[in-house]
Amino acid sequence: MSDIDQMPVTMTVNGKKVQRFVDPRTLLIHFLREDLNITGPHIGCETSHCGACTVDLDGKSIKACTLFAVQANGAQITTIEGMANADGTLSALQEGFRQMHGLQCGFCTPGMITRAHRLLQENPNPTEEEIRFGIAGNLCRCTGYQNIVKAIQYAAAKLQGREFQEAAE
Amino acid sequence: MTRSSFEAAARWDRPREENDVIPGEFIYHRPSSVAEALAILASHGDEARPLAGGHSLIPMMKLRMAAPEHLIDLSGVADLKGIRDEGGSVVIGAMTTQHELIASELLAAKLPIIRETSLLIADPQIRYMGTLGGNVANGDPGNDMPALMQCLNATYLAAGNGGEREIAARDFYEAAYFTALAPDELVTAIRIPVPAAGHGFAYEKLKRKVGDYATAAAAVILTRDGSTVTGCSIALTNVGDTPLLASEAAEIVTGSGLDAATVDRAVAAAEAITNPAADGRGPAEYRTKMAGVMVHRALARAFERAGS
Amino acid sequence: MNDMTPTREQREAALEGMGCKRKRVEDIRFTQGKGNYVDDLKLNGMLFGDFVRSPYAHAKVTRIDASKALELPGVVAVLTAEDLKGVNLAWMPTLAGDVQMVLADGKVLYQNQEVAFVIAENRYIADDAIQLVEVDYEELPVLVDPFKAMDADAPVLREDLAGKTEGAHGPRNHHNHIFNWSVGDREETDRAFAEAEVSIKEMISYHRTHPSPLETCQCVASMDKVSGELTVWGTFQAPHVIRTVASLLSTIPEHKIHVIAPDIGGGFGNKVGAYPGYICAIVATIVTGQPVKWVEDRMENLSTTSFARDYHMTTEIAAKKDGTVTSLRVHVLADHGGFDACADPSKWPAGFMNIVTGSYDFPTAHLSVDGVYTNKAPGGVAYRCSFRVTEAAYCIERGMDILAKKLGMDPADLRMKNFIRPEQFPYHSALGWEYDSGDYHTAMQKAMDTIGYRSLREEQKARQEAFKRGETREIMGIGVCFFTEIVGAGPSKNCDILGVAMFDSAEIRVHPTGSVISRMGSKSQGQGHETTWAQIIATEIGIPAADIMVEEGNTDTAPYGLGTYGSRSTPVAGAAIALAARKIRNKAQMIAAHMLEVSEYDLEWDVDGFQVKGNPGLRKSMKEIAWAAYNAPPPNLEPGLEAVSYYDPPNMTYPFGAYFCVMDIDVDTGVAKIRRFYALDDCGTRINPMIIEGQVHGGLTEAFAIAMGQEIRYDEMGNVLGASFMDFFIPTAVETPHWETDHTVTPSPHHPIGAKGVGESPNVGGVPAFSNAVNDAFGFLGSTHIQMPHDAWRIWKAAKELGAHG
Repeated sequence: MSDIDQMPVTMTVNGKKVQRFVDPRTLLIHFLREDLNITGPHIGCETSHCGACTVDLDGKSIKACTLFAVQANGAQITTIEGMANADGTLSALQEGFRQMHGLQCGFCTPGMITRAHRLLQENPNPTEEEIRFGIAGNLCRCTGYQNIVKAIQYAAAKLQGREFQEAAE
Repeated sequence: MTRSSFEAAARWDRPREENDVIPGEFIYHRPSSVAEALAILASHGDEARPLAGGHSLIPMMKLRMAAPEHLIDLSGVADLKGIRDEGGSVVIGAMTTQHELIASELLAAKLPIIRETSLLIADPQIRYMGTLGGNVANGDPGNDMPALMQCLNATYLAAGNGGEREIAARDFYEAAYFTALAPDELVTAIRIPVPAAGHGFAYEKLKRKVGDYATAAAAVILTRDGSTVTGCSIALTNVGDTPLLASEAAEIVTGSGLDAATVDRAVAAAEAITNPAADGRGPAEYRTKMAGVMVHRALARAFERAGS
Repeated sequence: MNDMTPTREQREAALEGMGCKRKRVEDIRFTQGKGNYVDDLKLNGMLFGDFVRSPYAHAKVTRIDASKALELPGVVAVLTAEDLKGVNLAWMPTLAGDVQMVLADGKVLYQNQEVAFVIAENRYIADDAIQLVEVDYEELPVLVDPFKAMDADAPVLREDLAGKTEGAHGPRNHHNHIFNWSVGDREETDRAFAEAEVSIKEMISYHRTHPSPLETCQCVASMDKVSGELTVWGTFQAPHVIRTVASLLSTIPEHKIHVIAPDIGGGFGNKVGAYPGYICAIVATIVTGQPVKWVEDRMENLSTTSFARDYHMTTEIAAKKDGTVTSLRVHVLADHGGFDACADPSKWPAGFMNIVTGSYDFPTAHLSVDGVYTNKAPGGVAYRCSFRVTEAAYCIERGMDILAKKLGMDPADLRMKNFIRPEQFPYHSALGWEYDSGDYHTAMQKAMDTIGYRSLREEQKARQEAFKRGETREIMGIGVCFFTEIVGAGPSKNCDILGVAMFDSAEIRVHPTGSVISRMGSKSQGQGHETTWAQIIATEIGIPAADIMVEEGNTDTAPYGLGTYGSRSTPVAGAAIALAARKIRNKAQMIAAHMLEVSEYDLEWDVDGFQVKGNPGLRKSMKEIAWAAYNAPPPNLEPGLEAVSYYDPPNMTYPFGAYFCVMDIDVDTGVAKIRRFYALDDCGTRINPMIIEGQVHGGLTEAFAIAMGQEIRYDEMGNVLGASFMDFFIPTAVETPHWETDHTVTPSPHHPIGAKGVGESPNVGGVPAFSNAVNDAFGFLGSTHIQMPHDAWRIWKAAKELGAHG
């Protein structure tokens, strides 16, 4: 059907090496969701505003709706499916989102947690302001972000071996 | 179709003729050197487009407002990366991302306004991908870096098949999406003269939300001696077809003590050169006035920051 | 009792029943990316459908040529209205009694209207094919301004209605008129105004906006041609209604249609109606015999599937000099777009707009609503509110502020003076509702005390003086809102959708080992029903919530229900759940009596089982009773332990709340900063306080967005502007204020557990609080009313017009 040759891509997704042939125009989000059946990252806006498609690529949070799969050739990618602890238990962030009621419909959650993961890698002990600034590339329609902020604070505390003291309302 | 004529209509808040979110087909290239990239550009002419961070181009391709037949991904060109201290100036590779600009200690020390501006661009995810070169080269008047580069009197280093040349940021922008860059040229690096130690700076950007283009923004670099402004440079973002260097406003301020009457005159001079479009950010009159307010505030903050 | 025996408190805590902050069971899968949303579904041979849409807002369609598209490899078919006519589906009925084109039948009435449906092997090819479908249009004059819709020379939008002087809701008096709906005593109202000591009149607009859940509307339709069965997975807030509609339209028997709503990524009213995409996907699977997926993109979502609001409310209040209100008179011009696709109960063309008397004791009132057609997208959904209740709340709450200003009274005091008093409940409003319960004075006083209302007013006064002296360029606004909602549609006597009464349902099955599966006619889109419904059951039948599975959305297994919107789930489905659980408990009591060899009247309920009165040592737990129900049921009693309940509510429920917003406005830029926002909600009995708080946060954030800039704009050509998340204002974490929440509890007297519903209150109460804050800030400069949305440039413009820029 297409006179454009498919191209080979190789990447490591959630620790597993994958090799496929793709059309150059295949967006990474469609490659993940449709070729690899990794459906955690979602499509919310198509224009790189909502962040529902956020995945971690070579240590960067990126929006997979605005990147071609061929651009990710050779990359290490982690999606929400790769966020749990090695033993399968929920990560501190996943646990934090549940404990602090940081999600409702769940549609933004994979992107939000994946983004928060990178944020905490770069800034293990962020202030509320830094968290809000750091997740501003991810839209949520349900929570009003207040409990997402708490969820990330919870995870930051837990990862540093501290008990999370919920801020007084 | 010329490189960018279709892009003039490609702003989100304009009505769209088509409803697409899937790009058309193209051949993908990933050169590993500038020479290789230029060769591909040369052989495909207008049908080829360089791809930097992609956050302007890929959305346009998804909307089919851009449909290059050849896409040249520059991310494999190592020579386009990095931030170098060259004594009186700093040279930044075109493919340096905003995230890297923010993290750079060299820039924090010598050109802190770059960090301040970068933090106001788009959102964290896009700053990991968005590059300085892409931001300055595509000619989108909504981009923040072009005005900043004009304010800093930066020079763009361009490489083409006819060789290399230098283009001053102040001479680079012709109209929305039209620049001095030839279709077979690439911006490879940006050279920025380091302002005097102790200079004051501010980038004031009014926007509706994180991720938005400026309703209006102003960059100011200023030096002072005691209460007197000894040097000043001002440029404006997104209040015209191109970034705007507000030379007259800067001249008015220079030599003054930044008293209210002088500032008012400078603000009026800055407003006078604007020609913004009416859009969701507000009518033209508002955006012109906001350019003035941003200049006012940037001047005050830069003056306060400047060591006397 | 030995040490191992849990105490009563421990047994209660183990249930995780009503009132506790139970963590959500849904989160286990959502936090791991294991939700099941429609677009995650992949079936063998699945095709992808996408629309060719109109670039024009009003035009004749003179030619559609799909031949080039059909030549593209991978394109399976292109449907047009002509094809749909063959199956009588070129038009479909709307929930509001109108009809709507599925695909353009000779003309288009709004930009991005569906013109043809391309079916291809994947979404990439479908998108390529869209470029190849040639459509010729002949442009027609465009009608954008609803105030010009009924001009004599206004363009005719709906030729299909030519000569029809009677619509679904009575007479039409112009070719672009849809209905007039009036309620209240016109004569008494007019008399009250004629005699009024003071009155106000203001045209208060509530602009067009959109619910825009993060997941757009989408579906997969799959026809099994051998069995004749159709399965549709979709983003449906009301899956059973979709099944009935699909059956009526397709003539496939309803038992051969399986509608499944999997996890839904937010709804907010966007996913109540039936859209052309669903119909086309169904026709496409019938035509091709292959499954067909349709997924809206964001621009399509914002520009076509169901806007909200667009109400223009001329509001008059009559009062005595002391502030006592005597009458309310409201006329609404309602812009419904090209088709009346309002998602309201059938008999309510303007929803429950007649709750517009709000929380106040108006002796008389009159409301009249005229609906008109314009060249804009159809809809009029309840975006996070019960039908038109947010419009009503905005109207009266803005009106009360305007009256307070005219009287020189404090707006909080004016409200206090006019509140319906606690002893007046159940209260019959002048516009026909019976408010179930309320204690407004207590709620208002608590809110005022908590926020320090009087000292805020003093601070504001000082700031105004400072502004006048030129010492600051910032002004301060205090937004007051006291709202009364009407939720829980609704009683069958006045509420139906396409003829189906608006009951809801629950089925509970207790398994022999004492665990439970339960199914409801409601459908969560993020509300956490899997968590909260189990809490109700846990409290009612003493089985731990952890042992109760809640399942919704599959019309084959769930009892028929009308779905989740308008905050109806807790008032209606919640009641059905409690009543089904009580049926189980009643049967359990008979079984326990048999087991303990006593009369059932000698037993009393105790947390998680029955005990003999006066001898609590003699008891049977629900777990033991469940086993007995399957193992040794009493003679003459059916084995098993399950129940179904269909609940027809006797009345609506009336949640209320007091909201306060403190705002600082930079008059030079028009930027408003929310300094504080305090929300006190009274939703009756609270099932899960954590979830309530989360709902309030989310609803307030949506209210903030709507009031401060979220708008679907059109230019004079009917081009929809800013239909992407660059321009359509969805605040990020940076812009979103911090929320303070609080509550009082006034149970609903008619609801089995006294609960009222809360998810939409923050949107209903939030919008007026923000808008009143903006208006309050400018009041001292002489402003009476500034229209929403209050984005920065409009605030700046108001400041300029009021002379604030010197």
